[in-house]
Amino acid sequence: MTLGRNPTVLVLAAAAVGLLGLGLLMPDWLRFLVQISLANSLAVLGVMLQMRAGLVSFGQGLYYCIGGYAAGMSGHLLGVSDAFALLLLGLVASILVAMALGLLMSRYREIFFAMLSLAFSMILYGLLVRAEALGSTDGFNVPPATFLGIAFKGGEHRYATYALTCALAFVVALALNRYLVSTLGYLGDAIRENEIRVEYLGASVRRTLYIKYVIAAGVSGLGGGLVAIAVGHVDPDLAYWTTSGEFVFVALLSGTGNVLAPFVGSLLLEFIRTFAFAYAPYTWQMILGGTMLLLILFLPGGLWSVIGARAERS
Amino acid sequence: MLTAVAIVVDGAVFAAWLFIVSVGLTLIYGVMRILNIAHGSLYALGAYTAAWLVGAYFAQGYPPLAGYLLLPAAALLVGVVAGLAIERGVLRLMYGRDEVIMVLVTYAIFLVLEDVIKLIWGVDPYFAYQPYGLLGTVDVLGLPYPIYDLATIALAIVIGAVVWWGLNRTRVGKLLIAVIHDREMSMAVGIDVTRLFAVTFVLGAVLAALGGAVSAPKISVVPGIGVEVIVLAFAVVVIGGLGSVGGAMIGAVIVGFARAAAVHLLPEAELFVIYAIMAAVLVVRPYGLFAKPEARRI
Repeated sequence: MTLGRNPTVLVLAAAAVGLLGLGLLMPDWLRFLVQISLANSLAVLGVMLQMRAGLVSFGQGLYYCIGGYAAGMSGHLLGVSDAFALLLLGLVASILVAMALGLLMSRYREIFFAMLSLAFSMILYGLLVRAEALGSTDGFNVPPATFLGIAFKGGEHRYATYALTCALAFVVALALNRYLVSTLGYLGDAIRENEIRVEYLGASVRRTLYIKYVIAAGVSGLGGGLVAIAVGHVDPDLAYWTTSGEFVFVALLSGTGNVLAPFVGSLLLEFIRTFAFAYAPYTWQMILGGTMLLLILFLPGGLWSVIGARAERS
Repeated sequence: MLTAVAIVVDGAVFAAWLFIVSVGLTLIYGVMRILNIAHGSLYALGAYTAAWLVGAYFAQGYPPLAGYLLLPAAALLVGVVAGLAIERGVLRLMYGRDEVIMVLVTYAIFLVLEDVIKLIWGVDPYFAYQPYGLLGTVDVLGLPYPIYDLATIALAIVIGAVVWWGLNRTRVGKLLIAVIHDREMSMAVGIDVTRLFAVTFVLGAVLAALGGAVSAPKISVVPGIGVEVIVLAFAVVVIGGLGSVGGAMIGAVIVGFARAAAVHLLPEAELFVIYAIMAAVLVVRPYGLFAKPEARRI
């Protein structure tokens, strides 16, 4: 932990500007890949926030899916097309659900937290799979988003959604970075270490975890909304347990040391996935699983623990 | 009336299947405190091995009745080979870690095994319908049911009885119960816990593979079957109480009948109802309906 000025903010700003600029030069497939991984990293950030307090959510897909479906349904059924309105609706829907479920979830720990979060996300999956009005297992298409009344076309539209994703990811990362060094943020780490001492210090464990849960849900919901806009399609798999499992995987791969970590991890995963799909379609999950085992054995702090340790030394 | 019969029989068949696929999961959790996501892959491995053996056997035109023996044989083969490989190769190195970390470890093993299956058997579906069709059907109060399905119920009862007998009436079983109750104390009195872990994991793996082998004749064996099974098995063991064999039985019956009722009365709720019950049980009794709560460490 460095006490002086946090270099994370500078790195974040540089990354945001760099990505916005590079986005103009990147070929379409690469820009899309970056865009998706940025949106997914928001959901991973949600998992990571809870992991810092020692809670592993095996159902973060719930909020990812709510965000995506809320944005998609407003576009599909209500005819809203403004990207900001869609994302806001997704965000609000996730936060509202989290405020209700959080009352319950903040009482659970360890394996029971994992199981209950899994159960809730599978409930949503079960409902969506059978909802014919929403396309059952196929989901439905989300109409192209407009931006404050401007409807871009073709390449401009693709760049606009990309820029929006970059900007929002930057803002969220900035806010969470601030949150992690606030009292509430540090309380999360303290809860992981020793819950009872936190209570003795006069802080409320349940309140801290509740707020954390709602924040994590909001961030994940935003990620889901961005994915819906980027892909132009949503389906129930957003809430399936394998989606949530992947978020946990990335959070573990990248480590929980810094808000930057999930972005790096998520980008890495998307690259591995894209190339492995092309060159080794039958072994890519094996590569992922093997990596995960090696990480758990030799690098329990995730990739970030390597970068973080180096930064601290210099 | 016919709907009621259908709900009861379908429910019983589904409950029996659920018990077979989830009893291994709860056994492993009870003894080792590992929530084994790789259970789904072991199920799939069992299904593939059985489908493959049965297909080859019937293609040769050997006497059909002996073909049934291939199902448990496949389960035994998969359980011992894969179970030992996983336990000795990976889990052994991870003992003593946090329960949640162990979930991630088995999730990683699950990912690896999913691809191992694709590498061995490819992505084309396998069929082993012969054992299912050969037994014919029987009328249950006016509804024809495949005898194979009804035999599944008998098999579930036999497995339940054997597991109960094994745990309560044999030396190894009593040692296991001692470990379930207090691992440290068991080590202190000289029980070789590490060896028991290996035995338990292999047993659990055999049961998982048996679930797959028994299901193989009823389904088309395709990549991804393990993914669905593992969440269902989770629901069953969580409802009954993680680590409790009797609980798995009750959980299977509850989920089985709830799903059968939903299928016949309100098809939209088929999946929803399973996970709604799981969530409800976790809310009211987080330790499950039949497991005793543990003192919280914190």
